[in-house]
Amino acid sequence: MASNPGAPVIDLPASETAGERRMVLNMGPQHPATHGVLRLVVELDGEVIVSVRPEIGYLHTGIEKTCEAKFYQQVVPLTDRINYLDPLSNNLCYCLAVEKLLGLEIPERAQWIRVLLTELSRLNSHLIWLGTHAMDIGALTVFLYTFREREEILRLFEAVSGQRMMTSYFRIGGLSMEPPLDWLDRVQHFITSFPEKIDEYSNLLTGNPIFMNRLKGVGYLSPEDAVALGVTGPPLRASGVDIDLRRDMPYSGYEKFQFKVPTSTVGDTWARYEVRLIEMRESTKIVQQALDGMPGGPVKANAPKIVLPDREKMKTEMEALIHHFKIVTEGFNVPAGEVYQGMECGHGQMGYYVVSDGTAKPYRVHMRYPSFATLQAVETMCKGRLIADLVAVVGSIDIVLGEIDR
Amino acid sequence: MTRQPATVSGKQAVMEAMPDHPAVKALEAWNPQAFTDARYDFGELTLTVAPTEICAACVALKAAGYNFFEDMTAVDWFPASPRFQLSYHILSHTLKERIRLRAMVDEPDPTIDSITPVWPGANYYEREVFDLFGIRFAGHPDLRRIMMPDDWKGHPLRKDYPVEGYR
Repeated sequence: MASNPGAPVIDLPASETAGERRMVLNMGPQHPATHGVLRLVVELDGEVIVSVRPEIGYLHTGIEKTCEAKFYQQVVPLTDRINYLDPLSNNLCYCLAVEKLLGLEIPERAQWIRVLLTELSRLNSHLIWLGTHAMDIGALTVFLYTFREREEILRLFEAVSGQRMMTSYFRIGGLSMEPPLDWLDRVQHFITSFPEKIDEYSNLLTGNPIFMNRLKGVGYLSPEDAVALGVTGPPLRASGVDIDLRRDMPYSGYEKFQFKVPTSTVGDTWARYEVRLIEMRESTKIVQQALDGMPGGPVKANAPKIVLPDREKMKTEMEALIHHFKIVTEGFNVPAGEVYQGMECGHGQMGYYVVSDGTAKPYRVHMRYPSFATLQAVETMCKGRLIADLVAVVGSIDIVLGEIDR
Repeated sequence: MTRQPATVSGKQAVMEAMPDHPAVKALEAWNPQAFTDARYDFGELTLTVAPTEICAACVALKAAGYNFFEDMTAVDWFPASPRFQLSYHILSHTLKERIRLRAMVDEPDPTIDSITPVWPGANYYEREVFDLFGIRFAGHPDLRRIMMPDDWKGHPLRKDYPVEGYR
């Protein structure tokens, strides 16, 4: 295991009695610092961590199995429930995968609104991470600040989709409906004031000596280990690997947006904190660009057999009524084949693998969620360090148990 | 308005259509017998290899620049034979490209080599497939159930396992 030169890893005494002095400690599943129902079986020598074994599955709901019994369009609301802190990214990734199978062309306006909302969703995810991570370290105030802004974002989600958390706003073929009239102005209002709020968090934490001491040099992850263990997203970029699917393999029109991908070569918990903080600023810029260049036009693809018709049309046109009835009762057939759609969500690389056998129900839906892989790196980051660091490390990788257990 | 990228099916056709593709070249140079099939569909490249050679194929692809193991899972094609399809998604950080590696395994004892020696990050993914599909991975360091309780009977993602009701 590579170690950070700035923070020496404590050498374990290699005595014969070492085994007797070791203690196994159960952290979780009901532990406030494990962000859900994660159970960590920690083997300790005094206060020094010998091994960490994550035990997961407490939140397993068999979503992948459920998907196989639903029509393609009925899977969209299931995806919200997987990573409930970044709901629109889930929607987007699934919709993109199915649209790839169908070969659907998505109108530009729908793509831009998708980018805008996905970035707001990323901000939502990062705000929760920042609040809970700081709270784990003992800085309670930040939590109240970040949840104040998160509330604003949730109100925007509610205005556009009717739901605060389980939005299901992106549908196969576009959006569920046009956003309300003043909605873009509300986003503008929020995004204008948001950079100051990031400064506020930064003022509370960046110079805070306790926060710095708890984070700097803790949980070092080398770029080689990070790549080998499948770590993605901010933890990977904080270890110096410059990869962001939004920029490198663009989807949903991301190639039209200019933004920087922050990286750090330090690879510790502090670097992850800094990378995410800059990412929030970059997301703000993307939202601003989306607002400035928002194209007009429809928000649904021109595919009457796949996309539900507008309510008004359905009441006046026979064709639309028939299509509506057929889609709701029979679904729509998707050409046989298999696709994998990857994207960059708040926590890292998300991926949907959809296999179709040509019927109206997916034959197999598999989700790759970043936290599942990142969890494997916890032991590498914590071995030989104090148990108090474990809390900082688990907070810094930003896990959501819903997406790990699925 | 719809669009579909051209489909190229069959190993020979793929090799003719994209002779310079690094992954196709690497696998052909590695072992032409074990590299059995290829397909380019929906803009994605699927390469099928013999299940006994999966680990060596991963080593060859890793050397060709496909450095990041992104995802793996299985598909149950019950009642077809071979029954299980294993799909590995491998990303290249330098080429900015993803390929799908495919291997088929069959009943009664579906077993394949673990690729954890090549990518330790495959550990949880193989445990998940073991848990939900009952496919065993030879050489896996810690092959236990991951989602379901340890004493669970059956493998939920198999197609002969009911979605609801009693088993």
